[in-house]
Amino acid sequence: MVDLSGKITLGEGSALLRKTVRGLLDDKRTKIVLNLADVDYIDSSGIGELVSAFTTSKGRGGELKLLHLTKKVHDLLQLTKLYTVFDVYTDESSALRSFQ
Amino acid sequence: MGTDPKHLEITLETQVESVNLAEEMCLRVAEAAGFGEDDCYKIGMSVREGVINAFHYGNQERPEKKIHLAVDLTGDKMIIHVLDEGQGFTLAEVPDPLAEENLLSTSGRGIFLMRAFMDEFDVVPGRTGGAEIVMAKKLPLQENPGSNGKGSQGSSPHQGA
Repeated sequence: MVDLSGKITLGEGSALLRKTVRGLLDDKRTKIVLNLADVDYIDSSGIGELVSAFTTSKGRGGELKLLHLTKKVHDLLQLTKLYTVFDVYTDESSALRSFQ
Repeated sequence: MGTDPKHLEITLETQVESVNLAEEMCLRVAEAAGFGEDDCYKIGMSVREGVINAFHYGNQERPEKKIHLAVDLTGDKMIIHVLDEGQGFTLAEVPDPLAEENLLSTSGRGIFLMRAFMDEFDVVPGRTGGAEIVMAKKLPLQENPGSNGKGSQGSSPHQGA
């Protein structure tokens, strides 16, 4: 479980997400839940980084899921038709159970 | 804010920090113009995406190039211009990010988001080269719409193809 907060935007936010996910995958921790409850803002770079994290995890035989989307993030993922691409959960236990 | 047209211009460096600066500046203008929270969010995001586009695609992240941002407040809309110093592009060249083959692309959603969030959007050749994104949001309805509009300054965009 990775708890993210603030903004996932061009620059530090996106870079930190990329570094965090890559680090987990390098450590062979391939079942990842990104908790976005405290992410109140994301731009196209941030969306691109989420997609990259998703495809990279999948490419390494892992899974990446999203948890607790805020309304803005939820609406953006729906608008860009990515909401159905990601596994999105509203409670932690369901997200964790989904890996079994 | 009164109904006299207002014009604001700023030249930005081609660097990541310019995206935040442009967004902040336009948010202040939007708030002063009376836009509500939802419209301010959409305007701020659109400016972000426009400047990101200029930074990354237009100016290729080259620090010697500049990004030109202009905001016009007319009697009925807020018009934003983002001009880069790149090679220029047309909307027809931009892949559809909603197409199945592009859905998992890690980039290419900026134009789509600007078109979704703004009332008017177009890309025109810049007057000195490059591409100029021109987008507009209609001002919120005023309670007393009786004031006489004096016309507008700056170009007014239309919906692109």
